Amino acid sequence: MSEKITLSHGSGGRQAQALIRDHFAARFGMTGPMTDSALLAVPSSRIAFTTDSYVIDPLFFPGGNIGKLAVCGTVNDLAVSGAVPMYLSAAFIIEEGFEIDQLALIVSSMADEAEAAGVRIVTGDTKVVERGKCDRIFINTAGVGVLSEELMHISSGSSVREGDRLIINGPPGDHAVTILASRRNLSFDTPMRSDCASLNHLIRKVVERPSAVHFMRDLTRGGLAAVLNELAGMTRCGITVDESSVPVEEAVRGLCEILGFDPLTLASEGRVLIVAAADEADAIVERMHTDHQGRGTAIIGVITAGGDGRVILKSTTGGSRFLEMPSGQLLPRIC
Amino acid sequence: MKYVDEFRNRRHIAVLAELIAKEATRDYTFMEVCGGHTAAIHRFGIPSLLPPHVRLISGPGCPVCVTSARHIDALTALASGEDMTVALFGDLMRVPGTLMTPAEARAEGADVRLVLSAHEALELARLNPERKVVFSAIGFETTAPGTAVTVMQAYSEGIDNFFVLNAHKVMPPAMEVILREGTQIDGFICPGHVAVITGSAAFEFIPRKYGLACVVTGFEPTDILSAVMMLIRQVNRSRPSVEIQYRRAVSVAGNIKAQGYMNEVFEPADVEWRGLGVIPLSGLRLRDTYRHFDAAVFPVYLPESARPNGCICGDILRGVSRPPDCELFASLCTPDHPEGACMVSDEGSCNTWYKYHSHE
Repeated sequence: MSEKITLSHGSGGRQAQALIRDHFAARFGMTGPMTDSALLAVPSSRIAFTTDSYVIDPLFFPGGNIGKLAVCGTVNDLAVSGAVPMYLSAAFIIEEGFEIDQLALIVSSMADEAEAAGVRIVTGDTKVVERGKCDRIFINTAGVGVLSEELMHISSGSSVREGDRLIINGPPGDHAVTILASRRNLSFDTPMRSDCASLNHLIRKVVERPSAVHFMRDLTRGGLAAVLNELAGMTRCGITVDESSVPVEEAVRGLCEILGFDPLTLASEGRVLIVAAADEADAIVERMHTDHQGRGTAIIGVITAGGDGRVILKSTTGGSRFLEMPSGQLLPRIC
Repeated sequence: MKYVDEFRNRRHIAVLAELIAKEATRDYTFMEVCGGHTAAIHRFGIPSLLPPHVRLISGPGCPVCVTSARHIDALTALASGEDMTVALFGDLMRVPGTLMTPAEARAEGADVRLVLSAHEALELARLNPERKVVFSAIGFETTAPGTAVTVMQAYSEGIDNFFVLNAHKVMPPAMEVILREGTQIDGFICPGHVAVITGSAAFEFIPRKYGLACVVTGFEPTDILSAVMMLIRQVNRSRPSVEIQYRRAVSVAGNIKAQGYMNEVFEPADVEWRGLGVIPLSGLRLRDTYRHFDAAVFPVYLPESARPNGCICGDILRGVSRPPDCELFASLCTPDHPEGACMVSDEGSCNTWYKYHSHE
């Protein structure tokens, strides 16, 4: 039987020290003395700082696991703000009885993903709670990135204007559908994989000409519909999306048809919406196509004047309707 | 996607819209009585493809919307029992009962589980023999056969901790009540999924007794537009009948096997519809052989029912009023904070209007 996490692993005593030394510090390349804070140098006076907690179920899914997700999610939050992600923290809340082998797999994925993204995990924490007090493992990561002056406008959308093009880097919803399918033991002819990925390298290519990019956000909970509505609300601009130009995986469409979901409201963990100046959009798309994470890039819509903060979807059928902010939890239809 | 894209072909849709515009020579009002149709009509922007004098209105076709507050009250009361588990379809989670929604009951510690089928609820009962599992059986002829088969399964396995809180309903009597109460329409877009089970024969009384047009149709834009055109032609020629547009799924006689299961397990009974009141023989009651699966065996305290002030869900379900006619609509009653049942489900008229139409 494999070794399990016990309460003493969170006690601060010998077992706790060993867990941190053997499983976290070693894997994250923390070689120096164990101090209370990581002391860091940043090459800029402007930093972006973010945090997120990860409680996903199942812990392991096609295309990733909670550890990879915890790195990608925070890296992406920094990257879409225009920042270059540099340092992450990682804090674990672990349920008594969790298998150390599983923990090692999760930590290993975090280390691999951090390396691929070019960020360092520099500080962390471990707490162990009694059986039943949390669901196996929860992870919090916080991240720091550096930001150049010329990209400060991106997260607020203050430069968005009429005629700007909307770009996404691939079909939305793969993550949500993969998780749903794993949870419900659904299978597909073509196996689904989560789109979970760090996007910071792709985004460096996007912001090569900083003034061309007016807004970016990753398409997490609430999906494209939520991000577009947030943007429209923030800028009071109108947004028109052409449904037929939004790429959607066949399996995602199929599941949505069966369960009554709208792919535009499904979460991704490796997709970003970019709003770019009209005359620069094609060049950005071309650069994105050269990146592994940008192969499915498409222009899906346009910013319009005087839409008063509403998002209009031109449906594949030729009709049009408002695309609303999704509400409540996703509910399967019953008849 | 095969079998979907063909029915969403933009060119075919444009041709149908043109034909409708040409043939629609007067005012027409047609009612759809299936929540799936309501959702599809608005999702695909069908009203924007129709001339203004061809109106589509929604009837009582969303099973969540017509489920009485008493059913929700009974569910939440049962769920709070020590050894009780309540299994329900996700749409019911946020439906307001008199005191609380099932989601609120769960937050207070009740064991409320989401399931996608009656079978899943039976599986919960098998896996948790120490708990009593109550399945909230709602829906029309579409979900009732599934409940019936599950109850038969539980019976043959001798499972004694599985129960059904039954709110199943059948559609034709509700359509008749709407006509008797004087809702002015020219015809029905008949429910496609219900008709897969019942067959189109279930609607024959409508042209015969009431002289109204009927077309059974599917859920894709070309299905719905074809049905509207067929309805218009029936009206124009004064030759009302029941036509099947949805031939790839629906026959005149329906699914005889499913009807057999329903008939084995259920018998017709009077039942309360939210907004419409009690409609004679519009519900399904467990027959004596299966009566011991009825969750009504558990005594529960039900609060005095109270309707939110100003909510006109009843009028909306009858097609007398439209969602924006309600003073609560989009102000006090929103998908995040639904007052009335029509705002809760994705297939509810108010929810659909809120999502897809202009509102302040």
